[in-house]
Amino acid sequence: MANSIMFVILAVVILGSAILCVTTTKIMRAATFLLFVLFGVAGLYFLLDYTFLGAAQISIYAGGVTMLYVFAIQLVGKRSLQGLVERVKGSRVIFGSILALVGLVTVCFVLLKNEFLFAAANQPDAEVPMNVIGHALVGADRFQYVLPFEFISLFLLACIIGGLAIARKEEK
Amino acid sequence: MVPVEFYFVLSALLFFIGVYGFISRRNLIAMLISVELILNAVEINFAAFNRLLFPGQFEGFFMSLFGIGVAAAETAVAIAIIINVYRNFSSDNVDSIQNMKR
Repeated sequence: MANSIMFVILAVVILGSAILCVTTTKIMRAATFLLFVLFGVAGLYFLLDYTFLGAAQISIYAGGVTMLYVFAIQLVGKRSLQGLVERVKGSRVIFGSILALVGLVTVCFVLLKNEFLFAAANQPDAEVPMNVIGHALVGADRFQYVLPFEFISLFLLACIIGGLAIARKEEK
Repeated sequence: MVPVEFYFVLSALLFFIGVYGFISRRNLIAMLISVELILNAVEINFAAFNRLLFPGQFEGFFMSLFGIGVAAAETAVAIAIIINVYRNFSSDNVDSIQNMKR
């Protein structure tokens, strides 16, 4: 029961902030609402007893990515972004709404009609132990994930170098 | 305990809110924020699938974890590109960018 109440609160926060995020015309407000969405999703992970995933979500997304957005908005320029009131074309809004509604109906139909739902386990609320996660993350056996771990470290290094190379000032 | 359908419907709604934002906005940073919403919806789905349908395994968990890392890297590179686009074109509107080079 408590879980259901928490889920409803989180769902209202996530969906309300997401709708405000895509409809507000000010970019700074959109970034702030994105922060609320990310906190709500972290709360969902805590609700699913994936505490580590929730902590990673908060520290990487809410701490890192949102900061990056704020810096980019402040850097990209006064005239353009900070007081920006974006003109949104009506035809595009209608097209986007229709596409989103059609896709939503299709996806909900597929998700709610499949037979996975009957397999939903009614397991007790127990936190996934950090010990198990750590062994699975850096183990090299079957169902262990050291190879993607190494790949993503290389990928992050490549992205750091790529970001620096792209964003650096060109010498005249 | 929350039924798994609720997570599916929530993530589908979040996904298509992101799709709507991606289509209706023309600002580069706003489009990137919409992509973040879409990625978060996908990660909710991975975690809910794993936790509620296959509780003994960790595939969805690690997919979400690596998805978070990839999203952070993607954001960093995309924002570097946006800053560069703004420097070259003095605009952050998608429609004003016709060529890669000015």
